[in-house]
Amino acid sequence: MDFVNTFRLALLALARNKLRSALTMLGIIIGVGAVIATVSIGQGAEYLVQQGIQSMGTNAVFIAAGSNRPGGLRMGSWAIKTLTMDDVQAILREVPMIREAAPAVMGRAQVVYQNQNWSTSILGTTPNYFEIRSWPAQSGVAFSQEEVDLAENVCVLGTTVANFLFANENPVGKIIRIGTLPFRVDGVLESKGQSVMGDDQDDRIFAPYTTVQKKIAGITWIQFINASAVSPEASQAAVQPITALLRERHRIHPGEDDDFFVRTQSEVADLAGQTSRVMTLLLGSVASVSLLVGGIGIMNIMLVSVTERTREIGVRMAVGATEQDVQSQFLIEAVTLSMVGGSIGIMVGLVGSSVINKFLAWPTLISPKAMLIAAMFSVAVGIFFGFYPARKAAQLDPIEALRYE
Amino acid sequence: MEQNTAAVIRLESVHKTYHLGEVQVHALRGVTLQIRSGEFVAIMGASGSGKSTLMNILGCLDRPTKGHYWLDDADISHMSKNELARIRNRKLGFVFQQFNLLSRTSALENVELPTIYAGIPPAERHKRAREALERVGLGDRAEHHPSQLSGGQQQRVAIARALVNHPQIVLADEPTGNLDSRTSVEIMDILQRLNEEEGLTVVIVTHEPDIARYAMRAIEFRDGKIRRDQEIEERQIAREVLPTLPSLEDADAEEAEEESKVAPGESPAKAPA
Repeated sequence: MDFVNTFRLALLALARNKLRSALTMLGIIIGVGAVIATVSIGQGAEYLVQQGIQSMGTNAVFIAAGSNRPGGLRMGSWAIKTLTMDDVQAILREVPMIREAAPAVMGRAQVVYQNQNWSTSILGTTPNYFEIRSWPAQSGVAFSQEEVDLAENVCVLGTTVANFLFANENPVGKIIRIGTLPFRVDGVLESKGQSVMGDDQDDRIFAPYTTVQKKIAGITWIQFINASAVSPEASQAAVQPITALLRERHRIHPGEDDDFFVRTQSEVADLAGQTSRVMTLLLGSVASVSLLVGGIGIMNIMLVSVTERTREIGVRMAVGATEQDVQSQFLIEAVTLSMVGGSIGIMVGLVGSSVINKFLAWPTLISPKAMLIAAMFSVAVGIFFGFYPARKAAQLDPIEALRYE
Repeated sequence: MEQNTAAVIRLESVHKTYHLGEVQVHALRGVTLQIRSGEFVAIMGASGSGKSTLMNILGCLDRPTKGHYWLDDADISHMSKNELARIRNRKLGFVFQQFNLLSRTSALENVELPTIYAGIPPAERHKRAREALERVGLGDRAEHHPSQLSGGQQQRVAIARALVNHPQIVLADEPTGNLDSRTSVEIMDILQRLNEEEGLTVVIVTHEPDIARYAMRAIEFRDGKIRRDQEIEERQIAREVLPTLPSLEDADAEEAEEESKVAPGESPAKAPA
């Protein structure tokens, strides 16, 4: 018996019991729909994370004081005093893959403007920091190298800070107080949004590192170095020379742990990508449980159908249907149920994810791959759960089937 | 024997034993039988006499436990299930007491069923099914569903289905068991015509002696053995009997049709005596 015909027979058989077929398909519809919708949410999250990583800058290399090796007693990056501005200059001088490098000194202070105040972090750095992070000012300018050299009281505001302190005024040129000292606002940066870690990158004030070291933190060392490599490949290639250079400069003997660690943008991207992929996988697998339940529903209905149609099976066998004919007829019915259900499910999933996108303002990414996998999976469910009932039908004894009441 | 060459069915000491739990049931105890091409045979016997078992074996739905069955000189006894299915499809046509039409499927599609399993292309299938329906006088009811047909019409659809693959033998198991007497004669008329005009071999199982008299030869079974095998002496010809029957059915025909819509399986009950 040819396939087209068997398929037509299956459709006819399913059309005879429309409500039942629809209810049976519902399981698959929900399953496939849920898989598509949740995977699109997960992939949306992945997209968000990748966006966040892009915001780190281009070909970024990040060096922090402190050990990244777990175990034993470790001092936090704040307590390590070995990373200095000289290291920054040494890296720029001796590691050819590195194009730019900027130090970072962190401090925390209360900032006041007129009757407004706000507690935020102060990041001391050099002007090229904004280039490395591709972070331009929306108004005013960043402080200059000269101001850094002279350790002047100037600063650049992140948009969050600017919004809290200056409701409607233009902050550029105004004097604010950081801790006990007055600072002139040179500019306001563009908004950068949340970082990969979820903290607000705009809730920060940037000042010359010399000023932060001497007047706010009272230290001589730095905590981080933000660098950018000449190319994406170079950022990974730079890790080894930077490590060697810093170990030498910090006089770390072979066998001793580093007192710093180096991360590249691609490493962070991999790590974050992994996290969101795990999330996508988790969501997807929870959703596919409902696909499984849908499959069991198909098996249930097919078993009922085989029993109901015992006589029909007997007649078909009497007029010449072989076991394979009967088996493929019922198998195709099951697969048709799951395939039609799967197709409707894909549509439901598409609608669902666009609803989530619209009303929850969550970016959703529909991947054709997820759709293909869901469709194939639903067919597989049909074959898997349709096989046993079909086998049962095919193995009926025609004489008894004909006599069945 | 010259009969041998023309014998389309040959059974040689066929035994059939069923195992019902610990009990062995000997349904057939050594049946030897020949049916020649073009014969019209009635198999008779009380229930439990083995006639249904014989019918199942003749119909290749079952295989003998012991002995041999040659259909058209091919030994059925050792064939695989698929080979048996093929023989049922090409060489045999079945007519059942309960008609066994697929409900919610048109008469035409019902008749087409065996051609589907014969792998005949759709256009040819429709043509053949229409022809078969016309042969049983139901050319105008092709699109009707079984529930819209009377019992006699349903049985005629079933006969058309049995004919559609041009079989050599039609096997009918109590074909008139669910029909009133006039409709029974009509069905016998169709079978007689097919037998005479087309040389089709017809084997019917019946427990009604009246119906058996439309055959040429009656084989009577008892306790799994042939008890009597003889020519029918005063054979009835349905064509001649029909005009003598009271034609009250004509008036009732529409009523019967209505009834059959309500209870398709039951069909018009037997005519009041």
